[in-house]
Amino acid sequence: MKPRYKRLILVVVALALLTLGATFVLKAFRSNLVFFYTPTEVLAGQVPDGQAFRIGGMVQEGSVGRKEDGVTVRFEVTDTIENVPVQFIGILPDLFQEGKGVVAQGRINAEGIFLADQVLAKHDENYMPPEAAEALERARKIKMDKQ
Amino acid sequence: MNFWQYSSPQYFYPLAKKMAIIFFVLACILTVWGLYIGFFVAPTDFQQGESYRIIFIHVPAAWMSMIIYLVMSFWAAIGLIMNTRLSSMLAQALAPTGALMTFIALWTGAFWGRPTWGAWWVWDARLTSELILLFLYIGYMALRASIEDPRRADRASAILALVGVVNVPIIYFSVKWWNTLHQGASVSFTKSPSMATSMLTGMLVMALAFWMYSIAVSLVRVRRIIRDREANAGWLNESRGAS
Repeated sequence: MKPRYKRLILVVVALALLTLGATFVLKAFRSNLVFFYTPTEVLAGQVPDGQAFRIGGMVQEGSVGRKEDGVTVRFEVTDTIENVPVQFIGILPDLFQEGKGVVAQGRINAEGIFLADQVLAKHDENYMPPEAAEALERARKIKMDKQ
Repeated sequence: MNFWQYSSPQYFYPLAKKMAIIFFVLACILTVWGLYIGFFVAPTDFQQGESYRIIFIHVPAAWMSMIIYLVMSFWAAIGLIMNTRLSSMLAQALAPTGALMTFIALWTGAFWGRPTWGAWWVWDARLTSELILLFLYIGYMALRASIEDPRRADRASAILALVGVVNVPIIYFSVKWWNTLHQGASVSFTKSPSMATSMLTGMLVMALAFWMYSIAVSLVRVRRIIRDREANAGWLNESRGAS
């Protein structure tokens, strides 16, 4: 066998082993690589106890409100199955909107309220001009009226 | 014409010059066209307003950072297996451009992330794996620079490049495999793009422009590497006057 074929086999075998190894490592890290937990996972108790973590989902429509002090914001994060109430003191990002994605970092208190110290807007992969967005919204309303 | 003769630095050297000029011209035309679409034709986004226009730089740079790594490790592997000098030189020439693209992707991403997400940087899987890619490029270049003998540097850095190649699919699929703050792909092989047409056109033209630029600049760099490494070869001194 020519030396170059030997080296080719060596490289291919090494890469295959490396891929296999990486797959196992990633599988083991699977839960640790999660940037945020969904409300369902939170309520099912899958989050680390007493530790700070992130919760992600949609801002429940009509749930955003401010307390009397004017700086405390309350809203609910939903994954359409479960809701978790979130309380946050601070400035919300521009893209924070009802019905849009959000990721909040903080910890959950005894009453089950998530006290966030950071709120991030999670953007989706849809890019369109405002006119197209309005048209979509109109279409959605018509469809809902028909039902 | 024997195609394989171009695997010899001596024949590739003049060819690289001609190709570099063509690709530079194409890169200039496509950049002007792409930026024109990006700034004047593509509409404002319904959510992000004008800040979404970063995609005309960010997405092409991020794509190139991954593609260049794949191409670089491909040439590094060929150099390792076939013991061909030019392949290793090509891998060496691609690394700085790859690192630049990774840096641009991270930097523009941070710029966009601040107004959009509310944070310059988060440790989610997409951002972190892209940062690791930057470290891989820097490590590759540092390892090369630390070894005096170029042939030994070729072999050592090829192994580093090949080990790092597992990171590329991780970057690409990170938004699918895990919950990340970074949004999913707007353009992919499996579904129709979730973007307005003119936005998509601008982005794809810019991606092509980045391709052309990367090829051109790598060819120029490989010519410099050939000059450095073949300095003692007779052909270089003979052809110096010609090209």
